[in-house]
Amino acid sequence: MSVKILTKHFGIKDSHKINVYMKNGGYKQAEKALKEMKPEEILEEVKKSNLRGRGGAGFPTGLKWSFVPKDTGKPVYLCVNSDESEPGTFKDRHILEKDPHMLIEGIIITSYTIGANEAYIYIRGEYYPQAIRLQEAIEEAYQKGFLGENIFGTGYKLDLKIYRGAGAYICGEETALLESIEGKKGKPRLKPPFPAAVGLYDCPTVINNVETIADIPTIVEKGGEWFASLGPERNGGTKLFAVSGHVNKPGVYEHEMGYPLMKLINEDAGGILDGLKLKAVIPGGSSVPILRAEECDINLDYDSVMKAGSMLGSGAVIVMSEKTCMVKALSRLIHFYKDESCGQCTPCREGTGWMLKIINRIIAGKGRKEDVDTLYYIAKGIMGHTVCPLGDAAAMPVISFINKFRDEFEYYAINKKSMVE
Amino acid sequence: MSIEISENLRKKIEEIKNKFPTGKSPILPLLHAFQDELGYISLEVEEEIANIVGVSPVYVREVSTFYSMFNNQPVGKYHIQVCGNITCWLRGYDEIVEYIKKKLGIDIGETTSDGKFTLSRVECLGMCDHAPVMQINGDFYGDLTFEKIDEILDSLE
Ligand SMILES: Cc1cc2nc3c(=O)[nH]c(=O)nc-3n(C[C@H](O)[C@H](O)[C@H](O)COP(=O)(O)O)c2cc1C
Repeated sequence: MSVKILTKHFGIKDSHKINVYMKNGGYKQAEKALKEMKPEEILEEVKKSNLRGRGGAGFPTGLKWSFVPKDTGKPVYLCVNSDESEPGTFKDRHILEKDPHMLIEGIIITSYTIGANEAYIYIRGEYYPQAIRLQEAIEEAYQKGFLGENIFGTGYKLDLKIYRGAGAYICGEETALLESIEGKKGKPRLKPPFPAAVGLYDCPTVINNVETIADIPTIVEKGGEWFASLGPERNGGTKLFAVSGHVNKPGVYEHEMGYPLMKLINEDAGGILDGLKLKAVIPGGSSVPILRAEECDINLDYDSVMKAGSMLGSGAVIVMSEKTCMVKALSRLIHFYKDESCGQCTPCREGTGWMLKIINRIIAGKGRKEDVDTLYYIAKGIMGHTVCPLGDAAAMPVISFINKFRDEFEYYAINKKSMVE
Repeated sequence: MSIEISENLRKKIEEIKNKFPTGKSPILPLLHAFQDELGYISLEVEEEIANIVGVSPVYVREVSTFYSMFNNQPVGKYHIQVCGNITCWLRGYDEIVEYIKKKLGIDIGETTSDGKFTLSRVECLGMCDHAPVMQINGDFYGDLTFEKIDEILDSLE
């Protein structure tokens, strides 16, 4: 049995209510942090924990917090990234629905640590029922005095607000998220300066994913070393894996970092639908390179997945059976990136549209022999040539799908029909 | 031409201004509030928001058209948004959307002649554990089958 941190309350009735959360020990860690610990001590534990950002990039959380400059005279902000729009990703939604108070407790501790008195949760607009639930939880926390003035009688003050997005994947990119809260189009900023120094309203800002922040109360409770001990080197803690696609039991499963991918698919998710054979897996959300079935004998932690030529990303595992047409599957992803490109950088804006035209042409039976090479060439032209990583995110699936299933693409372009359907 | 602002909306506008006092931050919450009340973002709404925030109407238009959730035209009473992204496609999007199209007699991007339903294809809704999914006016419906679609759409008045 794996250790449960984030899902430990999921089975409890009314787990989203503050009384239930408190009955199970909730808000004790925030109280301990504010009353008994100095911000530097908390930061030290988070550094020791080897917690790495769960939003996709896997950046060490403690290190990120330590970049916030001290005594600039400006306010410091915490922005929690609840945009969750990477195809295949739905893990944060489960936290918002079933344990919003664990997130709020994490926000209190994090804000105190980085010296913020104001925090935002940026939630994707489509998560409307979830935003309502979260707002109710925030109001409960205010009523108990865990938010607002003089929290736990310590004199510490924190305000927490929800900011709703409105259907733009790019606003999950941290600087686009800041632009969006500032009431602008979500166009990513050039870095540097990094948000830790110049973030929301030009003030020092920390941006973290929902799951990252929800881990914080447990790190305060059990210590950084304990958390680090749960995973392999440099990969602390547990992770929420969101499994979807051709499996019998799609869902969110929590396991220690380094959990085997095939075990996740065959045991947790109940194996492949209709007893079919596994064909391919996208192991970390739509933006990461695809793996062929024979490459899937790997462990799920940032470094192991990287070694296998892909990325753990958001931990969204998209499973495809032998019946999947890879050309059509890729067309869905290209459609997505074309739709979601903010239009700021030419390679991404023009490249995604061009790729979509080509792949739609292939699917319509009007492909040309050279189309596959052109797709590949365009993707290479986008890769690394944009302000933000959305360009890479659009290019990597194309490059990896073609590298691994080139025969299927060429077959479709030449024979005007799918090789598998 | 100016628009009629209800008591409820006026209250919401005040709340938003107090909650997000900095710069242009009220724009997105205001767009949501106006759309919730009026169904879509008309030119008049853009002007109204521009006045409230102190920016030009074209600025509000740039923002509202950047975000796909803001409708720049009226939509039906029920806005059916079917996810067409990878996981929902793996789990049967093509058949599901064809079925809805036939049932309602409209294509994607169209509204039924009685103004009741608008059909859209959207990108991943974050509900992949229940693929195929759709969202209707904020509510999610997952694990869709033809029978389930009948049940849901027939129950909407
Ligand atoms: C196009 C794009 C979309 C992203 N979407 C999200 C998202 O929905 N949620 C998220 O937490 N991070 C997302 N990220 C990553 C953020 O930029 C950022 O790295 C993250 O929020 C930092 O938090 P963490 O360190 O806790 O992971 C996205 C990045 C890119 C380039």
